Amino acid sequence: MSSFLVILIILVYLAVIFYVAYWAEKNSKSRWVNNPYIYTLSLAVYCTAWTYYGSVGLAATSGLKFLTIYLGPIIIIPTWVILMRKIIRISKGNKISTLADFISLRYGNDRFLGALVTLVCVLAIVPYISLQLKAISETFNVITNHHISAVSILDDTTFYIAIFLAVFAAFFGTQHTDASERHKGIITAIALESVIKLVFFLVIGIYVTFYLFNGPADIYNKASVLPNFEAQQTIDGLNGGFNWFLLSLLSMIAIMLLPRQFQVTVIENEREKYLKKVIWLFPLYLLLFNFFVIFIAWAGNVVFQNQEVDADLFTLLLPLTNNHEFLALLVFLGGFSAAISMVVISSLALATMLSNNLIIPYGFLRRFSKAESHENTESIKNIRRISIFTLIIIAYFFYKSFTLDRSLVSIGLISFVLIAQLAPAFFGGLFWRRGSSKGAKYGIFAGFIVTVYTLLFPFAVESQLITSTFVNEGLFGLHVLKPYELFGLQLFEPVTHAFFWSLFFNVIVYSLVSVSKLGSYRERNFAEMFVDSSKYASLQEGAYVWKGEAYVRDIKNILTRFLGERRTERALNLFYVKYDIDKNTQVADARLVNFSEKLLTGSIGSASARILIASVVKEEEISLTEVLNILDETQKAKESNKELKERDKQKDEFLDTVAHELKTPITSIRALSEILLDDEDIDKPTKRKFLTSIVSESERVSRLINNILDLEKLASGKEKLDLNKNSIKSTILKSVDPFRQLSVNKGIRMDLNEIEDAEIVYDEDRIQQVIVNLLSNAFKFSNENNGEVKISSFVNHNKVEITVEDNGKGIAQDELISIFNKFYQSKNQTLLKPIGSGLGLAISKQIIESHNGKIWAENSLHEGARLTFTLPLNRN
Amino acid sequence: MKKILIVDDEPNIVMSLEYIFKKEDFQVYIARDGEEAIEIVENNIPDIILLDIMMPNVDGYQVLNYLKNSETLKKIKVIFLSAKNKASDIELGLQLGADKYISKPFAVKNLVKEVKELINKK
Repeated sequence: MSSFLVILIILVYLAVIFYVAYWAEKNSKSRWVNNPYIYTLSLAVYCTAWTYYGSVGLAATSGLKFLTIYLGPIIIIPTWVILMRKIIRISKGNKISTLADFISLRYGNDRFLGALVTLVCVLAIVPYISLQLKAISETFNVITNHHISAVSILDDTTFYIAIFLAVFAAFFGTQHTDASERHKGIITAIALESVIKLVFFLVIGIYVTFYLFNGPADIYNKASVLPNFEAQQTIDGLNGGFNWFLLSLLSMIAIMLLPRQFQVTVIENEREKYLKKVIWLFPLYLLLFNFFVIFIAWAGNVVFQNQEVDADLFTLLLPLTNNHEFLALLVFLGGFSAAISMVVISSLALATMLSNNLIIPYGFLRRFSKAESHENTESIKNIRRISIFTLIIIAYFFYKSFTLDRSLVSIGLISFVLIAQLAPAFFGGLFWRRGSSKGAKYGIFAGFIVTVYTLLFPFAVESQLITSTFVNEGLFGLHVLKPYELFGLQLFEPVTHAFFWSLFFNVIVYSLVSVSKLGSYRERNFAEMFVDSSKYASLQEGAYVWKGEAYVRDIKNILTRFLGERRTERALNLFYVKYDIDKNTQVADARLVNFSEKLLTGSIGSASARILIASVVKEEEISLTEVLNILDETQKAKESNKELKERDKQKDEFLDTVAHELKTPITSIRALSEILLDDEDIDKPTKRKFLTSIVSESERVSRLINNILDLEKLASGKEKLDLNKNSIKSTILKSVDPFRQLSVNKGIRMDLNEIEDAEIVYDEDRIQQVIVNLLSNAFKFSNENNGEVKISSFVNHNKVEITVEDNGKGIAQDELISIFNKFYQSKNQTLLKPIGSGLGLAISKQIIESHNGKIWAENSLHEGARLTFTLPLNRN
Repeated sequence: MKKILIVDDEPNIVMSLEYIFKKEDFQVYIARDGEEAIEIVENNIPDIILLDIMMPNVDGYQVLNYLKNSETLKKIKVIFLSAKNKASDIELGLQLGADKYISKPFAVKNLVKEVKELINKK
């Protein structure tokens, strides 16, 4: 294919990607941009050109081992609903914008730690970016049939592509100064590319499997006769098993800690609930992506057997040698999109890290604290833009000047091992309070040195094709120090070997140092907040406890320098409203200090924010126990405050209802008396009727007042119970007496046949009050025509149960509990208004509970309501 | 003869209101809860309704809502007559579209005056 045509296609493709990003940035509120699918697809930036070409290469030479790179993520992703949610919550709550920020904040805004993490990431990722550029360049050469790589940079298409990517990342990556904001344009473009690379890879997989061959079985049959086939397709015993295990563990760490993954998963997360889609959709994506890898690899081995062909390029060469140039172009574009998404996101994430965790905290703070806000925001953006360009250019020259002859996979894995050095500090910080910044720093150092010794150094030496006594015989000729077999460990391949030892030393150093020396009060405070994130999330700004003094004016000055007058004003107003603080407060409290730090963190990183705010704050150290005590107290204060408020609310509601209930009879009394007063020619019967009503309504008022006072006395425990030994049977019969006449009058049958007796201690008047109340309800609600009320008692081994039943309509299921509430009136009342005050059952409940008994309502099996209360036999 | 509908679940309040407005030459209709009120209104459009708020089943707010959603009924004048007399209650009642809000206990003369005023207002 002519290079002109390919370049043209590349240009069109890039223009489309640019347009999509631009559109998404303009329509950042659109549902097309904000949905869990875009989010999930953007996570597929994990699949780089390495997946496109390297997996096939690895599968062709070493069999199934390529799967480990995807098995790790597939295993760990389902835990994200809990694990990643925690990380996302912490990050959003603190306006974290990079992995370095996350780690540095956890260990008390440690500036040096942030810088260290940044350096490790840059070292790990820049060669990885070079690799992507190399993949673009190589595949470009293959597809255009160039065999000589361009001599001058200006003739090299890859150079221009790199520049374009830098422009793209710089343009869409620095729309906001606050790096913790989401970059919707880039993410939407990445999601689109994830679709493209998957679809094209599936197309080529189907083409190879079903067009070039007659399905998987055919490929298998032809490939299985090749030498070494059997050996490649097994896990290879215990040794191989360990390798598989460690590689899966490595990729598990990578899917969470690679800077680009942290960027798309944590920083670009719009809603936590998207994770619910991710946990099944993303593993599915990875499975689909890997479905045809092994078949393409086998097919390549069959087609190109005995030829000197780079297995990494099988995907591209298979259609090319069969003269299907269009399909080859699809492969090229798929690999191209995989490569450029990785370059864009990685350089964006690294540039933010460089600016917020290295350049600004070490070089620009003093200047920033003097300059105006618009200058500062411009400077911050420029630092990031320059960082992006520098990173990509360095990566480009790295690829140009070093012969990256190793396969894609091996360099990718080295970068994984380097990134894995951050794992102990990261995960330790999330789950272990004691993990300290010293421990983290020394751990990362130790791991890094071991990685250099066991992997980077021998790798560099070998890639120069010099046979080295160092690699073969160890440092100083000591076999124990052989870089690939450290301490005589021969189980592993180089990468897993390095991963094992580096992580081993890293973890040991991290935990020993952390245990042996306590961290500063500040980092212990953050440790609490990270480890117990759910507990502190609700406290928000109040979570950080701090003692010292600061003036609002000074803090405001700093904020203004970075956010400008208007945004500062707005943010502070919001803060005042949120915490109900007087606007004219002069002295800043811990919450304001904390709030301001967060505001700045997104723009200049947590360490710098800390340093700037600390410059105007006089701080006192407080011990951990003090911190925890204060935290505990604020927590308790909050809780009791909430309780008080709740109680206040209940009291208000109660008073409202009481007022309403009192006003109702008074309304009748007033209206009727006014009529009687003014209307002289009112007839006698009416007058009599009105006066009777006035009397009964007055009685209602006094009954209500008595009941309320009664209830209040019982509830507050002011009234002592008059406890005596009594016979329950005689109390029941005494209570029944006043109803005998009513029962005859209304034709309601009373059943008193099942009353068991017991001698127990209780306040007889009160218990009688309860029984009378239950009986009057039962009479009121029993069947109109054929009424029946039954009272029974039943002595149990430790209590006596008294039950009152009627044969009325029963109680609605949802009202069985609420009928005991004060003033509760059933929705199904047939009577217009109950004669009672609406307090009877509430009072009964109070009485029974002060006797240590229980009262409840249920519906009997046949019909009617059934109210039961218990009294304990022994009152202890 | 003007028609007035009294909606209240308190028999004695209803009794007094009935007496008062019969005396003032109104044709008086009585409903003991919201449901009954709606039934009456559908058959016999009154000029004015005295509406209690706290009633079992269908309450006063729901009745007002029902009226305001009907083309034929939304012009009926409505006075809320309720023991709920916090400023927020009154505001809510008027916002929902009641013409007046009179708190219980009420002065008979004043109530009559307000009703007449409202009816004579176009």
